[in-house]
Amino acid sequence: MTVTGWLQIGLLFLLLAALTKPIGLYLYRVYQEPCPFKFLLPFENNVYKVCGITKEAQNWKEYFFSLLIFNLVGILIVFLIQICQPLLPLNPLNLPSVPWDLALNTAVSFTTNTNWQAYSGETTMSYFTQMVGLSWQNFVSASTGMAAFLALSRGLTHQETSDGEKGVGNFWVDLIRSVLYVFLPASLIFSLLLVSQGVIQNFLPPLEFITLEGAKQSLAMGPVASQEAIKILGTNGGGFFSANSAHPFENPTPLTNFLQILSLLLVSSGLTYTYGKIANSQKQGWSLFVVVLSLSILSASFIYYFESQPNPLLNHLPVNQELGNYEGKEVRFGISGSSLFANSATDTSGGPSNSAYDSYTPLGGMVLLMNMQLGEIVFGGVGVGLFGLLIFVIISVFIAGLMVGRTPEYLGKKIEGREVRLAILYIALYPLLILLGTAWSILTPYGLSSLYNQGPHGLSEILYAYSSAAQNNGSAFAGLNANTLWYNLSLAFVMFTGRFMSIFLGLSIAGAMVNKKILVASAGTFPTQGGLFCFLLMGVILIVGALTFFPVLALGPFTEYLYLLKGKVF
Amino acid sequence: MTKSRLRFQSGYPKGMLRESLGVAIKRLNPFYLEKNPVMFVVYIGAILTTLIFFYDIVNNSVFHEPLWFTASISFWLWFTLLFANGAEAIAEGKGKAHASSLKALAQEIMARRILENGNEETVGAAELRRGDIIRVSMGEFIPSDGEIIEGIAAIDESPITGESAPVIRESDSDRSSVTAGTKVISNSLLIRVISNPGESFLDRMIHLVQAAKRQKTPNEIALQVLLVGLTLIFLIVCATLVPFALYSQSKISLTVIVSLLVCLIPTTIGGLVSAIGISGIERALRKNILAMSGKAVETAGDIDILLLDKTGTITLGNRMPVELIPFEGVDIKDLARAVQISSFADRTPEGKSILAYIQKNYGNLIQERVMADCKFIPFSADTRMSGCDGDSVVIRKGACDSIRTFVEKNNGKVPSNYSKIIEEIGLKGGTPIAIAESNTILGIVYLKDIIKPGIKERFQRLRAMGVKTIMITGDNPFTARTIAEEVGVDTFLAEATPEKKMNLIKEEQAKGFLVAMTGDGTNDAPALAQADLGIAMNSGTQAAKEASNMVDLDSNPTKILEVIEIGKQLLITRGCLTTFSIANDVAKYFAIIPAIFIATIPELNVLNVTQLSSPHSAVLSAIIFNALIIVALIPLALRGVKYRPVGAKSLLARSLLLYGGGGLIAPFIGIKLIDMFLYQVSLI
Repeated sequence: MTVTGWLQIGLLFLLLAALTKPIGLYLYRVYQEPCPFKFLLPFENNVYKVCGITKEAQNWKEYFFSLLIFNLVGILIVFLIQICQPLLPLNPLNLPSVPWDLALNTAVSFTTNTNWQAYSGETTMSYFTQMVGLSWQNFVSASTGMAAFLALSRGLTHQETSDGEKGVGNFWVDLIRSVLYVFLPASLIFSLLLVSQGVIQNFLPPLEFITLEGAKQSLAMGPVASQEAIKILGTNGGGFFSANSAHPFENPTPLTNFLQILSLLLVSSGLTYTYGKIANSQKQGWSLFVVVLSLSILSASFIYYFESQPNPLLNHLPVNQELGNYEGKEVRFGISGSSLFANSATDTSGGPSNSAYDSYTPLGGMVLLMNMQLGEIVFGGVGVGLFGLLIFVIISVFIAGLMVGRTPEYLGKKIEGREVRLAILYIALYPLLILLGTAWSILTPYGLSSLYNQGPHGLSEILYAYSSAAQNNGSAFAGLNANTLWYNLSLAFVMFTGRFMSIFLGLSIAGAMVNKKILVASAGTFPTQGGLFCFLLMGVILIVGALTFFPVLALGPFTEYLYLLKGKVF
Repeated sequence: MTKSRLRFQSGYPKGMLRESLGVAIKRLNPFYLEKNPVMFVVYIGAILTTLIFFYDIVNNSVFHEPLWFTASISFWLWFTLLFANGAEAIAEGKGKAHASSLKALAQEIMARRILENGNEETVGAAELRRGDIIRVSMGEFIPSDGEIIEGIAAIDESPITGESAPVIRESDSDRSSVTAGTKVISNSLLIRVISNPGESFLDRMIHLVQAAKRQKTPNEIALQVLLVGLTLIFLIVCATLVPFALYSQSKISLTVIVSLLVCLIPTTIGGLVSAIGISGIERALRKNILAMSGKAVETAGDIDILLLDKTGTITLGNRMPVELIPFEGVDIKDLARAVQISSFADRTPEGKSILAYIQKNYGNLIQERVMADCKFIPFSADTRMSGCDGDSVVIRKGACDSIRTFVEKNNGKVPSNYSKIIEEIGLKGGTPIAIAESNTILGIVYLKDIIKPGIKERFQRLRAMGVKTIMITGDNPFTARTIAEEVGVDTFLAEATPEKKMNLIKEEQAKGFLVAMTGDGTNDAPALAQADLGIAMNSGTQAAKEASNMVDLDSNPTKILEVIEIGKQLLITRGCLTTFSIANDVAKYFAIIPAIFIATIPELNVLNVTQLSSPHSAVLSAIIFNALIIVALIPLALRGVKYRPVGAKSLLARSLLLYGGGGLIAPFIGIKLIDMFLYQVSLI
């Protein structure tokens, strides 16, 4: 560990804290009615006119139905684009049609904001597929996440009115505003920034050249910058190239690396402030921010610490290991630049990578796994991260309410049987998908045949795949050949269920809460802000995560670590 | 803990514990346990391990665990269930015992039913139906809850309230209802029966403490859902551990997996949740509160605003004189004498207390001669005066403006500082009463509300709980403010009428507050029904009782504070035991996971932080701890976690530290101790 390493970690979180308020404020204004930013208003209104969208508030069922239909159509379109790839333009390599199972997996993956890639981008997807199919989904899947959050926050905070059932907003408006006012302008700025640092943006076929050694090599080209920006900002994570952010054309300099780490967290972090505005109490927002910030600093520090340890197997070799475990890491980013990137990538459901997570120390890799298994709520994916955190808030408030002897209430609304049932189902959903998926895979020959490693490391690889899919993260432990029929289909199912079942449950809570009367807080009401609540919420998140995944983590990465100490590898 | 254990034992006669055990065993049937999903999982687990045990006897241990181990695990799983059932049965037994003792009173009584032709017939109390008219005379017990339709009588309610002083019950008043089991000690009454057998308040209450018939409260349902969700998660965790172990070349026996599952699912709270709910009702019952539903008790814990009638709740029933103020030139003795004479015929509570005051401070000032030729005039609401017309004197005592009119009519003079004194007393929250002899105003009696001792502290306690108090009074705003400030209520409603009271409740509810009130009169009924929690006094009218969620048998309005505490306690106990239960799991993982993999992954023994002696001992110790902790917590579940009115934050911090922190540490120690014991007695 070095001073500069720690400085980089400190600087990141300081900058993040400083930017949370302005970004959160901007996001809050974007979704206000009428929207105070007039510059795109005529265009926005035309979109509504063309699509026949009335801006009427929908109830939670209508909202969810719109969201689901939109995404199902999205899956279908991206699937068809891949299948019809040879017939479409911008295919200089004449890449063939993508196999149906891989196409389906990819379509679901990009629609659910997972961006799990069971393929190598440069040799599978044409420029058209990447730009029209995948980049488009990068934008709208991120916007879908924002919409889900907005609907839930409205459900939790709306005042009861006399005129019957209250809506949770309009999905189409939330979606279009997110694309127009948030992700498009931000991506434009960010991609220009990236281009200035050397990220490429062109439609050239791969460059063929002869290396100094005289070998023939081909250098992949393409419209990288435009996809790179939204990949990071929308916590998508799907790289243009297989090497993702380790590739010099995606992430050329330490500066772009730092900016990518920061941008992964920005929108999710800003939303905590937005939430404070919506809940009409900035302290609520800051409390949630402090909880996720603390957890993120904790995990980043652990990863950095573990990755700075030498590999005991190399001790007898004449290798200088002072700087730690460099296997699978880019020297230009260093241990802290890689650890921090990995932490942001797994804390948010972004899942890009600038290093090989498979090569992390067992305990470093375990923290990455835990980051996802906590529920992708430590910042989490844009919108859905805070969405999930609010579910944990509901459970925490319920327990706290009991402990202070008052029927639990959150922001003045009572938490009752129905909400608790939906919230606990939400929480149970992920262990169900992750543990059952992993168990199924290791019990079957078709699941095991994809493994390059045996023993606890193999278990970690499969566990990582299902954790990443269920939580819509998308990052991968290499060492698992995921492009098989079983993994393509089972992971597609897990990604789809992890995304839309959770949104369904969360929106049901929004629907149950929106019509509740707001009670006034008294001295007997437990405040959902301040240190004690932060402490409680963190406790609930960690305990639920720990109790659920203790056994499998003990058998996977932890056992691998114990074996490594004895010099046993897999 | 020791102290409470002692009380626990002393509070339960041997017979009752034995009876509870019988009930606990009887309830080990699937149809009963199905209602409690957490314990149902334990039940399935117990059956499974028992079957494995018998299978292993025959087939020579194919499940790779020694027979004694499977036997011990099964044994303790059955005990876990018995303990949970036992906790419920004990709570139920306590509640029933109390309720039945109240009920038994009414069972044996014979009633005289009035037939349509006017004749009487004698029937057993159990045969009475709603609407029957019965006659109860001096010395007889009242056979059924009812309403007096004719007569006035003194009634001894001590069998129910324990209060020995008799109370007056009268038809067509706010005190017209009677309770079964009480005794008429004077006069005779005609009573209309208001409930069929089995439907009285008491009967309803008995249902609330019967586990089988009890309706779960909303909050209990929400908690149940959470516990079922956790159970589901742990089912997935345990089920998938088998393939994970297989992959790691370890075989886990079904017995061990069942043990792990039972350890992880929240059995502590799952086993005690029913007992907690029943004892909440039982605690209310012990305080002589009849709750109409378990929900009412829970609502009590959420109350934000409490409406309290000034008279009878905050102040003693009537005003007391504190000072005689003579006007210039009047001897205080003469004033006292005039007051005494004028009060003889004043039968109002004020009149009586004035008389008592003069007697105490000045003695008897009236000569027999005066008494003889006096014609006493009683107090009437029209004149608002009382007094006497004698040959030599005419004396009046009454409201200040009435006396002024009286004196002016007799061409007398009103002292110049008359209005000033009256105003001053009013500002101090008192009531002035003027005395006139012929055409002269002699002086003023300064009457004051006497505040009940200890009431101020109660309001402080309420404020600390976060409950706002509103005093309801018919007084003018001046008087009301003074008293409000003196006792420390948050605000007041002066010159209250039933409509004003109703509007106040609706207003506060619209703002999002939960409102509680006590009442007894018929005109309180709408407000009692509107309030989120209405407590009717047992002495009150039938209408008031029907409109309420609770009836206080002691007719003590300040008891609402205790009801609120019981409600809060109920939730707190559930919350604390849930936290404890979940926190326990961490230690159990550290005990069981290394034990499972000791053979194939000995390296994992680093997780065996408390150095448990052997894998079998580790699993068994965890299961035994899991069962014993239920027993250890039964007294707490029955008594409830102590409630401290300290505000939500410090309450939570305390509970988290005690039950969260304690829940993390206790099982490490407990499991280690059991393991050491097992090792010592060489069981393993």
